[in-house]
Amino acid sequence: MQDFRRPLRSALPLLAIATVAILASGCGGPFPQSALRPSSDFATSLDDLFRGIFFWAVIVFVLVEGALLVAVFRFRDDEGRREAKHVHGNTILEISWTIAPAIILVLIAVPTIRTIWEVDRPTTDPDALLVEAVGRQWWWEFRYPELGIVTANELHVPVGRTIDIRLTSADVIHSFWFPRAGGKRDVVPGHENHLWFKMDSVGVFPGQCAEFCGLSHALMKMELVSEPAEDFEAWVALQQSPAFGTQEQPTEPDPGEPVSEEQEDPLGPELRAILDAGNQAFMQSGCIACHKIAGTAAAGVLGPDLTHIGSRRTIAAGILENSPENMARWLRNPAEVKPGVLMPNMNLDEDTIRTLVAYLESLK
Amino acid sequence: MAVKEAAAEHGAGLDSGTHEGTYSGGLWSWITTVDHKRIGIMYAVFAFFFFLVGGLEALLIRLQLGSPENTLIDPDLYNQLFTMHGTTMVFLAIMPLSAAFFNFIVPLQLGARDVAFPRLNAFSLWVFVFGAFFLNASFLFGGAPDAGWFGYANLTSTQYSPGVRIDFWVLGLQVLGVSSIAAALNFIVTIINLRAPGMSLMRMPLFTWMTFVTSFLLILAFPAITVGLVLLMFDRTFGTSFFNPAAGGDVLLWQHLFWIFGHPEVYILLLPSLGIVSEVIPTFSRKPLFGYPFVVYSGILIAFLGFGVWAHHMFSVGLGPIANTVFSATTMLIAIPTGVKIFNWIATMWGGSLRLKTPLYFAIGFIAMFIIGGLSGVMHSSAAADLQQTDSYFVVAHIHYVLFGGVIFALFSGIYYWFPKITGKLLSEGIGKVHFWVMLLAFNLTFFPQHYLGLHGMPRRTFTYQEGLGFEAMNLMSTAGSLLLGFSILIFLWNVLVSLRKGAAAGRDPWGGATLEWAIDSPPPHYNFRVEPTVHSRDPLWAAGGLDVDVNDPAAPEPHMPSPSLWPFILSAGLVVAAAGAVAKSLVVVLAGGAIVVVSIFGWAFQPLER
Repeated sequence: MQDFRRPLRSALPLLAIATVAILASGCGGPFPQSALRPSSDFATSLDDLFRGIFFWAVIVFVLVEGALLVAVFRFRDDEGRREAKHVHGNTILEISWTIAPAIILVLIAVPTIRTIWEVDRPTTDPDALLVEAVGRQWWWEFRYPELGIVTANELHVPVGRTIDIRLTSADVIHSFWFPRAGGKRDVVPGHENHLWFKMDSVGVFPGQCAEFCGLSHALMKMELVSEPAEDFEAWVALQQSPAFGTQEQPTEPDPGEPVSEEQEDPLGPELRAILDAGNQAFMQSGCIACHKIAGTAAAGVLGPDLTHIGSRRTIAAGILENSPENMARWLRNPAEVKPGVLMPNMNLDEDTIRTLVAYLESLK
Repeated sequence: MAVKEAAAEHGAGLDSGTHEGTYSGGLWSWITTVDHKRIGIMYAVFAFFFFLVGGLEALLIRLQLGSPENTLIDPDLYNQLFTMHGTTMVFLAIMPLSAAFFNFIVPLQLGARDVAFPRLNAFSLWVFVFGAFFLNASFLFGGAPDAGWFGYANLTSTQYSPGVRIDFWVLGLQVLGVSSIAAALNFIVTIINLRAPGMSLMRMPLFTWMTFVTSFLLILAFPAITVGLVLLMFDRTFGTSFFNPAAGGDVLLWQHLFWIFGHPEVYILLLPSLGIVSEVIPTFSRKPLFGYPFVVYSGILIAFLGFGVWAHHMFSVGLGPIANTVFSATTMLIAIPTGVKIFNWIATMWGGSLRLKTPLYFAIGFIAMFIIGGLSGVMHSSAAADLQQTDSYFVVAHIHYVLFGGVIFALFSGIYYWFPKITGKLLSEGIGKVHFWVMLLAFNLTFFPQHYLGLHGMPRRTFTYQEGLGFEAMNLMSTAGSLLLGFSILIFLWNVLVSLRKGAAAGRDPWGGATLEWAIDSPPPHYNFRVEPTVHSRDPLWAAGGLDVDVNDPAAPEPHMPSPSLWPFILSAGLVVAAAGAVAKSLVVVLAGGAIVVVSIFGWAFQPLER
């Protein structure tokens, strides 16, 4: 017994260092996905609520752990020098320590209930922008029904405007979570959920699925791009336009002007060649069964809409930066990036992959 | 009221306080035993084995998460590991470890010679053992269950989880439920009927009280999950659509059924530990439990309220503000009786004469860690604040502060406290204290940073995380802590091995305990009490003059005990054969299992209790 006490004493500084390290482990940063850095009204009200509760928790923690430690050190009696007094209880004490926590709980419950009624009801803002978010194994589809836009994994919102998100699932339960925009809301098949927030700062905020949804749940990520109104309008205009390279196709000859046989393609022959070759490869490699490119024959609905894939920051649901190398890697074997993904390995040869990458990256 | 200190006083005279022969006999005697003490030991050994298995699974999880985008473990295996870690720790480690204490200690505390239904008791054990191996056999047949220990529909449907993994889970849990319900009924009947004369309910030791309450929780909570599992089995096997939204089913029905079971289950795991701590603290404070009726009633209240809080696991599901308000309020209420217990334990120590032996170390560690788990629990009782916390690592930290910092510390307290009674040998105090300090440090190193991880946005049940989110240092710390935590368990095992071989003889009452189990030999003879004691107070061995009879009187006739029986073992095997047939979708095997069950029930019924 005595042999063990000495090493324990000398271990005290080590224990102190460990305690500080453990307590400080959450400091540092920058923590771009942190709920403790709220950037919307929704996230801020949850954060305020949490800080209030945390305040009470610290007080209770200090008092109760303090009482425990005092009891241990003050009444320690290994040699049995004292006789313990046999008290059986004290009703006044019992009543007080029933009521004291009850009062603290009321102080927590009041702001809790206020916040629940603030965030759990549908938004009343008539100006709110409606976005439909569809959870799919393992990516997010975002639709802006009022704007006629469909995109994936990248949610663009104007800063300062209420965003009303309608959540539905195409397969299993997911959970929509941008910690800096606010709390989670589950995406439940057969149910429609809503969540709304108003971003108060500009930036790109990461988020991800928060309900276990199968093999690649950890890879079901997304980004929230909060931007000034004019940038958002520009983005909307871009997304509303047909796919790059399709709008220049002559539709109907204008009767007012003479038709010129040698009208020059504004894209130039080189780009046009890539587009044509890529388009051909896309149409012939089975891609169109699942993917859509507006303005072309590709009209699949199972996979992400690729009309403006070249303009997105990431591919594969926020896992890879959108670069030609990563696009080629994805096309070579999607399951290597995202195990269990529905997109099969198309066994494309390197030439086709090069063509497809150039084509997809051009779809700004 | 004079408190007796030395073991010698109870074991006075020629008797050494050690009984030989309680555990003699070969393998056959263990398979056929109906002795609650042997059954308790087997529960403990198997449960500890599965505790090691679940711990190993946890270590693999932590190794994978030690660095970002690690490729040590692929997602398919990872999902099996976290599913089986949760399922194993809940159903195969903590519950049966509690059952080990129920079995060994409760009849002794009651002054009884065995439980009310000894053969049913053996049946509970073997169903648990076979069910546990059955569930783990899935690793050899196409992989273990991989939809989480909560198995949310519709991920568990045949469309999203083809193969037999989920079938193993569905049938394994149903089999284990049979074991739990049989054991719970047995303990309710035992506690109601087999108390020593004079032991009114309000004189029962706290551990027995909490066993009583837990048993009611078991028989009320398990039917809910059984209904859910049967519906899921029908969906998977016969193509029904209870949980299929495309055909009008509802995935949320599963969540309600699961959590109506699942939250009381938390108290099924916790209440026995509250009972253990309520025994250890008075013994080592040399002082009766402060506020006994309040500690009892708060335990009952926790159990009762536990049935009214299930939707706090579903705050992000979109149940609406009314449901979220109600379930926030009921959940917060639970903090009150929980606080009452903690205050009463501290008040018990206050003014006491604390003997800081290893069991008390672990009990104090339990209170200190359980306070943290309780406070983070209050944080997510707030439905709105919980929208950020749920399904994040903050909740992982919370449940481990309750179930490891709380329950596992308390179970170790119980092991150090009753090991001498069970084996007749004291565990080493020195190694025990090293075990405590290493485990306390490692536990906090592992789980405290997870609070921050969750708040900084790391979701749980993810096999990897990307660089740049700031999760690296906290995960590395947690992984390092988990390895140390694993090491602390090895220290304990070393202590057990050393102490079994050369530990000091315990005698009847090494701690100066107040309850009846300390009046008899260690290990107790197979009939426990040669003479039935009469109880006049809550702390019968602390009463002036002690017990009024010599419970070990060698002049008294040796009591007759029930004969061993093989039928519980065979019956349990039959159940698992039927479950295996259901997984394999083989009617022949199901019927064969059913036939074994029917034959064993007849064999059991017609076998005389005493030969």
